[in-house]
Amino acid sequence: MGLVLLIVIWLITFISSYFFLAKTWWLPVGASAAAAGIDHHFSTTYILMGTVFIAAQVALGLFAWKFRERSAAARYSHGNNKLEIIWTLLTAILFIGLNLASGSIWASERFRPAVSNATQVEVTGMQFAWYFRYPGPDGKFGATKPELIDPSSGSESAVGLDTTDPASKDDVVTGTMYVPVNREVEVVLRAHDVIHSFFIPQMRFKQDAVPGLAIHMHFTPIAVGDYELTCAELCGLGHYKMNGMLKVVSQEDYDKWLAAREAEKQ
Amino acid sequence: MATRDFTAHESHAHAAPQGFIRKYVFSLDHKVIGLQYYFLALTAVFVGMFLSLLMRIHLIWPTASIPLLGEIKPETYLTLLTMHGTIMVFFVLTTAPQGGFGNYFLPIQIGAADMAFPVLNMLSFWVTLLGYLVMLSAFFVAGGAPLHGWTGYPPLSAVPSAGPGEGLGADLWVTSIALFCIGALMSALNFITTTLDMRAKGMTLMRMPLTCWAWFVTAILGLLAFGVLFSAGILLLLDRNAGTSFYVPLVVVNGQMVGHKGGSPLLWQHLFWFFGHPEVYIAILPAMGLCSQLLSVFSRKPIFGYKAMVYAILAIGLLGFMVWGHHMFMSGMSPYTAFAFSIMTMAIGVPSAIKTFNWLGTLWGGRIRFASPMLFAIGFVSLFVSGGISGPFLAQPVLDIPLHDTAFVTGHFHLIMGVASIFGIFAATYYWFPKMFGRMMNERLAQAHFWLTFIGTYCIFMPMHYAGMAGQPRRYSQFTTLHYLEKLIPLNEFITFAAFVTIAAQFIFVFNLFWSMKAGKKAADNPWEATTLEWITATPPPHDNFGGQTPVVYNGPYEYSVPGAPKDYVMQTDPSIVAAAH
Repeated sequence: MGLVLLIVIWLITFISSYFFLAKTWWLPVGASAAAAGIDHHFSTTYILMGTVFIAAQVALGLFAWKFRERSAAARYSHGNNKLEIIWTLLTAILFIGLNLASGSIWASERFRPAVSNATQVEVTGMQFAWYFRYPGPDGKFGATKPELIDPSSGSESAVGLDTTDPASKDDVVTGTMYVPVNREVEVVLRAHDVIHSFFIPQMRFKQDAVPGLAIHMHFTPIAVGDYELTCAELCGLGHYKMNGMLKVVSQEDYDKWLAAREAEKQ
Repeated sequence: MATRDFTAHESHAHAAPQGFIRKYVFSLDHKVIGLQYYFLALTAVFVGMFLSLLMRIHLIWPTASIPLLGEIKPETYLTLLTMHGTIMVFFVLTTAPQGGFGNYFLPIQIGAADMAFPVLNMLSFWVTLLGYLVMLSAFFVAGGAPLHGWTGYPPLSAVPSAGPGEGLGADLWVTSIALFCIGALMSALNFITTTLDMRAKGMTLMRMPLTCWAWFVTAILGLLAFGVLFSAGILLLLDRNAGTSFYVPLVVVNGQMVGHKGGSPLLWQHLFWFFGHPEVYIAILPAMGLCSQLLSVFSRKPIFGYKAMVYAILAIGLLGFMVWGHHMFMSGMSPYTAFAFSIMTMAIGVPSAIKTFNWLGTLWGGRIRFASPMLFAIGFVSLFVSGGISGPFLAQPVLDIPLHDTAFVTGHFHLIMGVASIFGIFAATYYWFPKMFGRMMNERLAQAHFWLTFIGTYCIFMPMHYAGMAGQPRRYSQFTTLHYLEKLIPLNEFITFAAFVTIAAQFIFVFNLFWSMKAGKKAADNPWEATTLEWITATPPPHDNFGGQTPVVYNGPYEYSVPGAPKDYVMQTDPSIVAAAH
């Protein structure tokens, strides 16, 4: 029985580890400035915790087999304080050290505000769609009013834009997110009805959009392309289909696109 | 702490009841109440498992028609996961290890005749049962059961128009949880008082089996956590029905303003997780205590580092209240607090690692007997390691960015809080069944159950980690709307097939349980040759547990293979050899 346990536990350990090591299913290819740092720290954590995982499981299987019922008497021992202390210190150093190592990435992602020339996009989540608003040439988002919100309209009134406000005249509202490459994007996250979570896997970006809050976040796309985005917080029956697309384009294409949207408004 | 004299508490003992109703239904006997909790959890686990089966079927065959139920719609899928999570967490993982086995064996293991407050104990169970029935009733009301997930984040859970099931179904869901909290609070008081006041002569705190330590600390966690959840639930009911706005700011649902303003959705998250994280330990601590016990019994060795184990349980209990914010890294909470919660969360990994080390140390140099309780205890250690190792990923806010709310989290907490705790319940069942029912369970069936469940649960939950890394969000009823999820469909098919096999294997357990009650081999009073007090009394134990005797304790709970002793175990009540180590 000890041998069977050893074989099964080892097999589970090695098969599980194989799929991690082979990266059969892994983080999607990163496309933001922060992705490299996050992925590197993920790998570091992975190697350290993976080593602990394999060591503990291998030991468990080995001990089960080695100390199966046999003729020798069991050792009468109540433990070993020195080993307890060594083990506790090593674990504490490993865990706290890992944590401190990732602190600077977290700080650069979340402690500082966006740079002043960042592309501004207001992202609004509602059951079950994302809307993206651009402030236009005046650089100011116009006022919105809750009583004007009409989710069925699919455009400006979906976010409740108050068209009587001068600042709202040049605001552009779209269902697809366009941003220029290699320039920081400042995202202002809002939600009208319930909590949603704005998740762009390849940008390593995730942040809840909470009714009543305007949450400012930033990320910097570094590769032109189309990136799927979705909702990561349970928001109701259509949660699974609250998807959208982030289109990262050159600055030139972005300017053209925005100008065309402005022209449509006139 | 001074040991108290058992006889001073004889007034707590009550005469054995005669009638069927007082004996088996409205019983004051902690053993009967323990079994009532156990069978409540057993029915609940089958309901919860059935719901998960429907979920797995829907994920693979979204348009399949289920006999009697028809096609599962996306909103039905969310209802299934909400009720699965709620029933499993409250009525299985909290109910069986603590209410079930804790009730039955805590008084016996410390040498008491009953719980400190037998009437309160009875009330705890009946309120819990009422809560369970209210929870089930949500399925049958107009609109059905709620779809807001077991975490019930408002505004989704607070605004009836936010989704199907958010009407009466959601009211019943909150009411059920509030009732459960009342039951759990009464039970926690009882456990704490019993442990502190009812120990037999010689049963010092540091001679208590680790099971008792675990039940004791779990009760303290329950006392502090369920009060908060109860209050949070009442506020949610008020928001839903009395026009208050604790959790709901001005929101526009389906184009309609719903009349709230100024509330904070994050307030609920703080209150919920202030309960929710200790709840994880409420579910797992009893299993930790039990597996420590079993590894010692079946290795025929003292537990490695008894004191370190006790301190680790206490440290987990204390730190467990300082980490709730790690569920909220992406919630909009201040990123500075995320940093603090992250450090505390990594710190709680340390006592967990100490326990793992001591379990391995207990096996080292042992003489292992591979009976079914031991297989499940070893399985528990393996699952605890596997589920625990993903914790430090999620505990770091930076790595939580890609992983939060993905299948990685589902895999993580199912392995450690779900399956590992369930392995504790299985181990406890196989271990204590002879004492509870006077017969042995069938060992061959037990082993078949072990291998299928052990391998099966790994096949279900390990692949969820891969899917989560690849970006599969939690709580998605279909994988067809996002293109990058399509490559994960085969992985999900594998999970569903593994779930079929694993769920089928649970019927072996149920068959064995009921068949052995009737036809199992007669059990001796101490079939596992263990040292703790439940094994000195008759099988099943008499109404007052020790048949009018008052046990006196001389030894620690883990005196196995003591050099010079006539047998390889020394009962806690054996005065002839007083082990030096304690």
